[in-house]
Amino acid sequence: MPVNYYIFVAIALFCIGITGVLTRRNAIIIFMCIEIMLNAVNLLLVAFSKMHYASHLITPGAGGANGTDGQLFVFFIMVVAAAEVSVGLAIIVMLYRNTHSTDVNFLNRLKN
Amino acid sequence: MNAILFSAVWGVVMMFCGAFVNKAATVRNAAVTGLVLLIILNIAELYGFRLMRVDTHGMLAFNSFTLVFNTVAFVSTLVYFFLSAKDMERVGVNLAEYFALIFFVLSGVAISSSFNSLMMLFLGIEIISIPLYILTGSDKKNLNSNEASLKYFLMGSFSTGIMLMGIALIYGATGTFSLERMTTVLSPGLNPLLIAGFLLLVISMSFKVSAAPFHFWTPDVYDGAPTVFTSFMATIVKVAAFAAFLRLFTGTNVEVPAQIKIIIALITAATLFIGNITAVFQQSVKRMLAYSSIAQAGFMCFALFGFNDFAKEGLLLYSAAYSLATIGVFAVLIKMKDFTFEGFNGLASYQPLLAATNTIFLLSLAGIPLTAGFMAKFYMLASAIKSGAYMWLIILAVLCAAVSVYYYFRVIQAMYFRESKEPQALSVSPAFKWGLIVIAAAVVFLGLFPQWLFAKLYF
Repeated sequence: MPVNYYIFVAIALFCIGITGVLTRRNAIIIFMCIEIMLNAVNLLLVAFSKMHYASHLITPGAGGANGTDGQLFVFFIMVVAAAEVSVGLAIIVMLYRNTHSTDVNFLNRLKN
Repeated sequence: MNAILFSAVWGVVMMFCGAFVNKAATVRNAAVTGLVLLIILNIAELYGFRLMRVDTHGMLAFNSFTLVFNTVAFVSTLVYFFLSAKDMERVGVNLAEYFALIFFVLSGVAISSSFNSLMMLFLGIEIISIPLYILTGSDKKNLNSNEASLKYFLMGSFSTGIMLMGIALIYGATGTFSLERMTTVLSPGLNPLLIAGFLLLVISMSFKVSAAPFHFWTPDVYDGAPTVFTSFMATIVKVAAFAAFLRLFTGTNVEVPAQIKIIIALITAATLFIGNITAVFQQSVKRMLAYSSIAQAGFMCFALFGFNDFAKEGLLLYSAAYSLATIGVFAVLIKMKDFTFEGFNGLASYQPLLAATNTIFLLSLAGIPLTAGFMAKFYMLASAIKSGAYMWLIILAVLCAAVSVYYYFRVIQAMYFRESKEPQALSVSPAFKWGLIVIAAAVVFLGLFPQWLFAKLYF
């Protein structure tokens, strides 16, 4: 399968994520959209990794890279995303305790 | 490498302190001890001492600029601990955890100033950001703090997503994350994938350094966060993000494409303009300082134009001048009960020393000669002039610096020329006063002998 399809799917997912972040008002859904963005990047990295590996097989040593570091990066993104989830959900829970809502329209107190 | 290892380890030590030590003074002393050791180890690395050999596969590279920059950041943190550590106790009960988080941030600072691979850039920025989300929301019962932390978190992770997309596209174009290897791959020409990736990276870094038009989260977050942590976020974290930004440009030997340069010029102009003009209309000093930090970010953006030594020296000096002065202003602000300009009325009559040192900090931020801020601004503009382009930007910067004098002097005017109705009872210890005097002296010293800071850069 050509790498183009993966790129299109990844960009589409990324755009869905961005649209969700910009239009939704519920903190948890915004948060899920951010996760979609991160996973779109994961998909893209794996696809590129495979692509670079294929080109490495044809012309070994051309770019000096055999494409494994892209997949390595994906694991780092997963770990960091997990850390971010734990902090983010804690913040949302803290907010929910004080306001009994997860609506981000509440976030206008500081604007004066 | 010493700094990364030690600050991470000491962060864990501080967490254990939180579990086993009850006295706040002991926790504070442990934190200060750790920080002093961190500074010593970091300086020792300049002379070739390493705790252990770590093979990073070329992902991290330490040069004298990195190490001197880390030293500046750590010394600023030490100053911040001396002045504001007592006030952290008023935020909540988890004093040791706050220090632990700050040490983790410092570890991220050391990574993001020395990355050589985009993977490390991502990790460094995230290690800086995630503890800051917690610190921003540390005042758990306060709705403003909650709001600030949620906003910071959503904006921060959104910009992380954009950064990752940029990195992925660059990887697609070049097949490597390493800044050094990119140079060899890139030589034939630039492709659209790479330009798009680089653009996304620039946008997300602008988010992190709060450059306009991606600055909108900054005033709210800085205003809502507990003031002690705003002080840390606005100084050390911001200059670290700038060091990462500069390294992104100077790490590769590739000529930055002209389109990207124009975009950065526009970002700089917008940051200078919006930051300075909006700061004029603020009623609260805390919010004014948030906008002033945006305006100062505009000046720091100048380091991204000239790829000469002036830019590096300028960023170092700017980091030191801006961090020290802003920490000083915030330390005085934390002591005040009232954050409006009226709250500063007549401060000179009942706290002459606080008023005098605060004046020196504000003069430095405004860039008045004989202070460090003047030399810092001078180096920044000189580096842009040396690179030979964007004369209009330099003129705009000078005009904006003139505007900034207005809102900084409003505080000075309130302190010296207005009467206060009832003097506020401020709890100011002699140690705090001495701390302020030392920082004020350092600000003036750096204004007179800026080259002292660069002595270690080339040897």
